[in-house]
Amino acid sequence: MKPTPPSRTFDLADVRARLDGLRGQQYWQSLDEIAETPEFKEMLHREFPNGASEWDDGVSRRSFLKMAAASLALAGLTACTKQPVQHILPYVKEPEELVLGEPQLFATAMCRGGYATGVLAKSREGHPIKVDGNPEHPASLGGSSVWMQASILDLYDPDRAKTLLRDGEISTWADFASDFNRILREHEANQGAGLHFLTETIISPTLAAQLDAILKKFPQAKLHSFDSISRDHVREGARLAFGQFVETQHRFEKTSVILSLDSDFLYTHPLALRYAREFANARRVSSGKGEMNRLYVAESTPTITGTMADHRLALGSAEVEMLSRSLAQRFGLGTMDGTSTKSESWLNALARDLEKNRGKSIVIAGEWQPPIVHALCHWLNDKLGNVGNTVFYTEPVELRPTNQLASLRELVSDMQADAVKTLLILGGNPVYAAPADFDFATVLPKVKQSIYLGTELDETAALCAWHVPQAHYLESWGDAKSFDGTISFQQPLIEPLYGGKTPPEILDLIFPQQPVRDDYEIVRSYWETQKRWPDFEKGWRRSVHDGLIADSALAEKKMELKSDAIGEALRSHQVSVTGIEVTFRPDPSIWDGRFANNGWLQECAKPVSKLTWDNAVIISPALAQQQNLAAGDIVELELNGRKVRGPIWLQPGQAEKTVTLHLGYGRERAGRVGRGVGFNANQLRTSDALWSASDLKISKLGEKHPLVATQTHHNLQSPERQIYREGTLNDFKANPQFVKQSIESPKNAETLYDTNEYRYDGYKWAMSIDLNTCLGCNACLLACNAENNIPVVGKDQVARGREMYWIRIDTYYKGSLDNPEFSHMPVPCMHCEHAPCELVCPVEATMHDHEGLNLQVYNRCVGTRFCSNNCPYKVRRFNFLWYADYKTPSFKPMYNPDVTVRWRGVMEKCTYCIQRISRARITAEKENRRISEHEIQTACQQACPTNAIVFGDLNTPNSTVAKLKTHPLDYSMLGELNTRPRTTYLAKLRNPNPEIQSEAKG
Amino acid sequence: MAQIFRRSSNSIARATLVGTFVAFFGFWGVVYAVYRSPYTTDVNVPLAQPAPFSHKHHVAGLGLDCRYCHTTVEKSSFAGMPPTETCMTCHSQVWKDAPVLAPVRESMATAQPIRWQRVNQLPDFVFFNHSIHVQKGVGCSTCHGAVDQMPITRKVHSLYMRWCLDCHEAPQKFLRPRDQIFNTEWQAPEDQLARGQALMVEYHISTNRLQQLRDCSMCHR
Repeated sequence: MKPTPPSRTFDLADVRARLDGLRGQQYWQSLDEIAETPEFKEMLHREFPNGASEWDDGVSRRSFLKMAAASLALAGLTACTKQPVQHILPYVKEPEELVLGEPQLFATAMCRGGYATGVLAKSREGHPIKVDGNPEHPASLGGSSVWMQASILDLYDPDRAKTLLRDGEISTWADFASDFNRILREHEANQGAGLHFLTETIISPTLAAQLDAILKKFPQAKLHSFDSISRDHVREGARLAFGQFVETQHRFEKTSVILSLDSDFLYTHPLALRYAREFANARRVSSGKGEMNRLYVAESTPTITGTMADHRLALGSAEVEMLSRSLAQRFGLGTMDGTSTKSESWLNALARDLEKNRGKSIVIAGEWQPPIVHALCHWLNDKLGNVGNTVFYTEPVELRPTNQLASLRELVSDMQADAVKTLLILGGNPVYAAPADFDFATVLPKVKQSIYLGTELDETAALCAWHVPQAHYLESWGDAKSFDGTISFQQPLIEPLYGGKTPPEILDLIFPQQPVRDDYEIVRSYWETQKRWPDFEKGWRRSVHDGLIADSALAEKKMELKSDAIGEALRSHQVSVTGIEVTFRPDPSIWDGRFANNGWLQECAKPVSKLTWDNAVIISPALAQQQNLAAGDIVELELNGRKVRGPIWLQPGQAEKTVTLHLGYGRERAGRVGRGVGFNANQLRTSDALWSASDLKISKLGEKHPLVATQTHHNLQSPERQIYREGTLNDFKANPQFVKQSIESPKNAETLYDTNEYRYDGYKWAMSIDLNTCLGCNACLLACNAENNIPVVGKDQVARGREMYWIRIDTYYKGSLDNPEFSHMPVPCMHCEHAPCELVCPVEATMHDHEGLNLQVYNRCVGTRFCSNNCPYKVRRFNFLWYADYKTPSFKPMYNPDVTVRWRGVMEKCTYCIQRISRARITAEKENRRISEHEIQTACQQACPTNAIVFGDLNTPNSTVAKLKTHPLDYSMLGELNTRPRTTYLAKLRNPNPEIQSEAKG
Repeated sequence: MAQIFRRSSNSIARATLVGTFVAFFGFWGVVYAVYRSPYTTDVNVPLAQPAPFSHKHHVAGLGLDCRYCHTTVEKSSFAGMPPTETCMTCHSQVWKDAPVLAPVRESMATAQPIRWQRVNQLPDFVFFNHSIHVQKGVGCSTCHGAVDQMPITRKVHSLYMRWCLDCHEAPQKFLRPRDQIFNTEWQAPEDQLARGQALMVEYHISTNRLQQLRDCSMCHR
């Protein structure tokens, strides 16, 4: 019997009534929790949810007895096996600077949507095992995104395209090159008419130079570029405001007030890692300064940025436009009738706050808002004196800025007119990602000579004559700019595993020269012609070593705002929304589907909804109540005659009449992980409504789809215990000790045991997590995954509460169902000094060491699970089945060789990255010194874009962690149990506008 | 009525009692013997190697230092195995046509590594680091034995956890001066315990450190 998901038969009206009855600071995590459904109560009180501990895979009693007897008989024999013979295969010629057993770091760059982020990739024995941010790169500053962390799994993905295919038959690079040359010779006669190129956003200088040269050689050839998560609206907004494409850059560090109009600048923006760091620095009170910025967000579905807001409005996409129009009107631009009254006073307070903080505020709009909203942001920033202070403009980072939708439309109409003889597609999977009305899958086969460079055998590969496997970025030489214009370099850590090629290598074939050049020669020779450095060799080596060209960010550019044009655009177009609105957004985990085959990303709970392995039709509880829908109900969505089916998910904080669909799912041709997971929202997405549309029809089909969210797993719910603590900046200023006074913690002396029994004279490791700056972005979770060889368990196992993540992000709601406040709380092992888990282990597999670490000794563990039963924090994870993949050959080089790959029947948990502590301890011991402060970073700490996690030694008096532990906001979760956790938290502070706050109370 | 048990039954009963006792301990004795025997531990079992490399010839005979081939023993967890190139520095000149060196020449010619059998191996959940042991005064021969006397390399200790702990609990019994680490002929002097205590001070192995050496986390993670 498979466990069924909670039936969610509760009455939403009852939930509302219960919420209204709550007093004071009351947090909740899910609707089940408020409704106190029996399923939820059971989940709360059991160590693992129902079905997690049972073996229910349909084995009969008889065969169970047989197996039990056999395993008993054979149990003793397992000790008789000899260790298998191992072999040592030394190098024939050892590479220089390689020390086997020691990691090597290489600076390279990962691109998403074309924009580069600098990374440091760690290599062991010649294979990359971990990717982290490059602290010296301005687009990373050392922080990581989930995609960076998960990219290592993509490299070793066994489902990557491994061979070059011609019409589905295996072919060779030489055959391809000769056929490609034949095609090009045909085009030489007609100057390239009928020769088309489709690329993603072009931000690589080498690639742009190659394309320029191609256009010179084939003047009739056409270039198109398309990215399904395009920034077209940003470009058009700038064109509306300034008459030309310019890039808008922000400096969040200097802000006092930020207004985000549907912008997820902390997570999806190309410069999100930098913005997140700057934003957090302006909010961190632990650094000693008593000021915080204030974030206002208006958005349709809760995003990372929305959850960090001090004031958040849940508005539909079109309502956000109305809001920005009425805000502009308050500052004297345009007129507007019928402003939405519900946000009138909110808007007035916001306008006054912006006015008060002239030159210190930012108004930013999301990629999905129409161009007019972007133009209004430019106007508002100008009006508020922000331009030149917190906002500035630069030349576009893109090298061929173009309206991508128009560009793709041109290609499609050319294809329909049979005017495309040859089409070269460089990545992007347009068959899956192009707007539905373009019907790319039908028109692509009309092109006889189609060539696709792609990483996997996807929908586009299936329809192209040639498919060339694309090299992963860790296998390639390349260059790209980051969003601020910094030129970044890619260098390979490993030869292409499956003979993959890079875009420059394919384009280089167009200029036949002997011998054929590889990507290294192409990129290098391009930079050699640039005359950037007086001594080329020195400059080139320096830049490749650093991963970037220092100080190559784009210069600030003075722009003339065309207020009249904006005013005209405001008048000529009125915004309206009818019926139910639908918005399309990139998935927070698998983006536009390019990461669909990545198990880590599929399994990591999405930032707010905590859904895994699925996308859903995200609706507000209010809409669910109206339409009588419950989570898991399969509905049919209809938009202008196009239909798609998907399961319902209720999201508190969702705009009332807006349905949000995440892209990237429903892949028909992906690897074994991504194929057929979720539904394809692209089927509703048309070119006239890429991001939002009105008049969505929802009809219930009466079927159910089990959606798996980890929100109810590992719940610590307990109202009187104040697991999550917060206050406002004003509370803190009035009484800095308010957190400590809010609940009584036991004194250390309150123990029957001798307190001197355990002393920590050497190092005393501890962690501090700042809830004020935690974004809930999951970067720590995936970094932990990569560092500690944590397995993927699959949807069925997650449904049973068996997910293996060592650090989880608990998300709490507070307040109403329609617009709650959000709080994120990362929970790793607390490394309690009085650890309840240690007392109950019958085999001493979990015990303390002399630095205060709570250890888990895998080779001793017999799997009684007593420890996890006794853990009040629910942070221990049990290998119920053989989760670790020992068999797939391509995964073997991916595992971190410093960490044991755990087997079935063994408990595991966060170790504070003990392998990193050991490495640093050995290095320090060899030099007879103490480990210095910045030598050890845990994987989660290193990945955190906002530096919310701090790890260090408490016995070093001036260490950051020792200082944070004395901060007034520091508190221990469940400290009253006298577990004396080494991981403690800094309480969250919000900075609400007193005007809005008092109104809400009144 | 005749007696049920004859007199001989007494002897049988005694023999059974003794027999059970002997059988019980005998069984476990055999198990223990197998567990400690070279069959399980591979101690002193020479392994066939692709080329019959003799440490005796290279170390005792020619006087090569351990670190000539095991280059990373002071830097890394892994002591290092010489690349084919290292062998060929000499063997491209001496014994260049010897049939026993055919696998080495073949490796160089085909760029395929030589496939040595591993002699000393630890379970995957044990993380041993050569560099720190060498740094703290544990000599090569303490664990690897008189390698300079081995025509074919073999293991000399079981590498069982109990054996590791012998030293982790009382390092003074084994530590040697820094200049003797790579001396394969080093023998413990008679006053080793006193000298070892002094060396522990020199190597900064404090009481606290000594306790820590027995933490599970030293080797398992």
